[in-house]
Amino acid sequence: MYEGIVQDLIDELGRLPGIGPKSAQRIAFHLLAADPVDVRRLAVALTEVKEKVRFCRSCFNVAQAELCRICADPRRDQTLICVVEEPKDVVAIERTREFRGLYHVLGGAINPIGGVGPDDLHIRELVARLADGTVSELILATDPNTEGEVTASYLARQIGPMGLRVTRLASGLPMGGDLEWADEVTLGRAFEGRRVVGA
Amino acid sequence: MHLTHLSLVDFRSYPALDLTLSPGTTTFVGSNGQGKTNLLEAIGYVATLASHRVAGDAPLVRDGADRAIVRTRIVRGDRAALVELEIVPGRANRARLNRAPVTRTRDVLGLLCTVLFAPEDLALVKGDPAGRRQFLDGLLVARAPRMAAVLADYERVVRQRSTLLRTAGAARRSGGRGDLRTLDVWDGYLATHGAELLAARLALVEALRPAVVEAYAAVAGAAAEVAIDYRASVPLPEGSVGGTGERERLVEAMHAALADARAREIERGMTLVGPHRDDLQLSIAGRPARGYASHGESWSFALALRLASFELLRADDREPVLLLDDVFAELDSRRRARLAELVAPAEQVLVTAAVGGDVPAELAGRRYLVADAEVHDAD
Repeated sequence: MYEGIVQDLIDELGRLPGIGPKSAQRIAFHLLAADPVDVRRLAVALTEVKEKVRFCRSCFNVAQAELCRICADPRRDQTLICVVEEPKDVVAIERTREFRGLYHVLGGAINPIGGVGPDDLHIRELVARLADGTVSELILATDPNTEGEVTASYLARQIGPMGLRVTRLASGLPMGGDLEWADEVTLGRAFEGRRVVGA
Repeated sequence: MHLTHLSLVDFRSYPALDLTLSPGTTTFVGSNGQGKTNLLEAIGYVATLASHRVAGDAPLVRDGADRAIVRTRIVRGDRAALVELEIVPGRANRARLNRAPVTRTRDVLGLLCTVLFAPEDLALVKGDPAGRRQFLDGLLVARAPRMAAVLADYERVVRQRSTLLRTAGAARRSGGRGDLRTLDVWDGYLATHGAELLAARLALVEALRPAVVEAYAAVAGAAAEVAIDYRASVPLPEGSVGGTGERERLVEAMHAALADARAREIERGMTLVGPHRDDLQLSIAGRPARGYASHGESWSFALALRLASFELLRADDREPVLLLDDVFAELDSRRRARLAELVAPAEQVLVTAAVGGDVPAELAGRRYLVADAEVHDAD
């Protein structure tokens, strides 16, 4: 145990995801040895992120204004909405530069053990966004695990009757990989999702 | 397949151990509490990623250490694989294959195939259905490592769905509404994953049946009318024998059973139908072995289940390493001799015994003395 303030810092750092006691100690001593200017910049970033960042009124992505950068951009295709669990999923899909539509961040997935039901997710807001008929396709991009699959199925049931196209991201083989190294679950899914090759 | 090396660091009572192994029989002799079983437990852990003695990983790490390491070299035909597992209680284990880290620990399943005989096997006959389901599932994964993912998915769905039922049931009893809007979706996943597991277990029992009958006769030395039958909590379609071709029909059967059970499930707050409620019924001369079989008959049945697993894996061309943990002491001299005869043809047999004389001469092989977490050549 260290004295007062140093131990407080280690304890706070240790509460962050992915950081154990050893890493917390290493980061704390790194900060102690670092240039005060660098540390102040980190402190300011930490305070500002809580003060200034809010969630987009429309899609619930992180934003610095009423609307996030993507919802505010008139060049984005307003007829496509991609549904994801978390803001970090938006970043992952944006990196592909493939998708030019809008997003909707649910804020998690259906998870009874974690106490998360449909009302704890931004599902009602999603249904409201679809009401005016502008959107023609909804892409379900929740995680390919049990909870993500259940959430996607639940949404498909809720939204299916509204008459728009509802699609699910394909799950399958990684590019640049060797077929023989793919695990059997992935390979099995890829088989289920196979498609006709155009001439 | 066989093992050529086993090294342990801070596993159970072993601070450090480096052991060279060879094909054929090796016997570890030592008094109780000296660390014989720990050796077989470590090997079994590499094969199944679980201990046959305890549910959690904490007891596997030596007192005072924060992690245990099991390293073993597996030779199959003319290929060798070096598997290294790092066991850290409360955290995900890490695995390395041929010195390179693997993405998921589960990826090393299937590299080593073992069949373990242990005193605990008597519970297969005399104990609860859970032990028999575990026996079937362990063998499913040994035959097709992909099944580990199917099992994990199914168990996850059962836990989530049961929590949903319990929470909603409690809310309803206290006058609330109880949110069951997602139940239909969970039912869909329970039915598909459950049907896949059910299809695999049914097919396994079909494959196992003749081997069990034959092994029982060989161990008991007398022809007895033994049978194994899968008892499903879901009414099965007529003439079900499992296999992937039946999956669609089993999905429908699951859905029908879930519809039937729905009111009861909400009332009791648990998932009442599905392979997690099934049993493998063992019977001798038309009567359930549990409750009717004598001690000797029960042992013959337990050994027959293990020997049949051995035969099945062999037939799949997955020649397993046989691990015999202290079983000879449990058996009378006739069963000892027959068991020794039946396991002798295996590529590698690792045996532990408190008294060297308990191990029949057919299994002479190499002998090691185990004392105070050290292993020494006895010859």
